[in-house]
Amino acid sequence: MGSRHERWVDEAAGPLVRPYAITRGRTGPRGERLDLVTILTGTGRPVPERTRLSPEQYRMLALCRRPTTVADIASDLALPVGVIEVLADDLMDLGLLGVARPAPVGRPDMDTLRRIRDDLRAL
Amino acid sequence: MTYVPSEPVLRAGAPGVGGTAPRDDTEPGIQPGVGGTDPRDDTEPAPAAGPSSAYKILVAGGFGVGKTTLVGAVSEIRPLHTEELMTEAGSGVDDIRRIEQKTTTTVAMDFGRITLSQGTVLYLFGTPGQDRFWFMWEELSRGALGAVVLIDTRRIEASFAAIDYFEHRSDPFIVAVNRFQDAYDYTAEEIRDALDIAPEVPIVLCDARRRESAKEVLVALIEHAMRRPGHPDEAQAYA
Ligand SMILES: Nc1nc2c(ncn2[C@@H]2O[C@H](COP(=O)(O)OP(=O)(O)O)[C@@H](O)[C@H]2O)c(=O)[nH]1
Ligand SMILES: [Mg+2]
Repeated sequence: MGSRHERWVDEAAGPLVRPYAITRGRTGPRGERLDLVTILTGTGRPVPERTRLSPEQYRMLALCRRPTTVADIASDLALPVGVIEVLADDLMDLGLLGVARPAPVGRPDMDTLRRIRDDLRAL
Repeated sequence: MTYVPSEPVLRAGAPGVGGTAPRDDTEPGIQPGVGGTDPRDDTEPAPAAGPSSAYKILVAGGFGVGKTTLVGAVSEIRPLHTEELMTEAGSGVDDIRRIEQKTTTTVAMDFGRITLSQGTVLYLFGTPGQDRFWFMWEELSRGALGAVVLIDTRRIEASFAAIDYFEHRSDPFIVAVNRFQDAYDYTAEEIRDALDIAPEVPIVLCDARRRESAKEVLVALIEHAMRRPGHPDEAQAYA
């Protein structure tokens, strides 16, 4: 077991990576802003000819064969969320990835809240 | 805005009515926090169809108050990093070089997932409690079900920033007091006075290491959200 300090977020933070190699220099998405809980899904279309995807993008498409949130993709691929946003943006431009469901914008209705509460209790 | 009267104090995971004895950390049956035999279930499959709806809950508070412990006690916890461009002020580098050498800071977050019925998945995000991470809280709290601010009564000031933050937003939040064994056993009302927390904000006592207790904290947050009708011009979730 590592030292207690290894869990201190402050110490985990710090200038560590330069992810622009993966995103080919881009630092932010051009298209719609993705949330951590935006649900993405692959469109199932073939990769257009003469399009070169990165290994990370292929892995993203594989994950998104079923609906997957941005947070889950980032965690599964062990890449920062910002990188996932950029890669997803390119895949959406290519028509290979789409938003299955945008993130909630407000309070769910009472029935949904009640169901969430009851499900939590029953865990 | 409807004013909700003060709720009876919930004693999530408290040892019993009137139980003011310090908690015995060696008591069998208490789940250890991070590490040890912390039961992370890595084998739990995601729902076959993937989530059909996904909601965020924030777990905030200063360093060491038990955020990681709470998220790990109640959910399948996994690593998650966000990467942010940080402007390095006064670095003494000329402008052009500064543009070329943008610093990236990778921020580690606690990230937990709870699969509920009907394809609903709850995502817990344990957020760094420091001022310089406020920009992250903005993004995290957008559309969130609400927030749990954890406090450690031995160092309540560690969670002041988080309480201030959520007090100034409209999202529901509750305060959860993580009861460390060597801390004085304050009542929730003593804590409410000390922190000057509005009467409508629930204060729950918890043991962040225990799954049942952590669950009750989340239930208390959802019930608080249920008591607070959304703002009239607030769109419904998944409008
Ligand atoms: N005794 C005791 N220790 C706790 C409790 N909750 C957390 N801890 C310990 O306190 C330390 C900090 O907790 P952690 O969850 O990492 O805090 P964070 O910085 O808010 O994520 C860890 O060593 C935990 O094991 C508790 O309820 N009782
Ligand atoms: Mg932590």
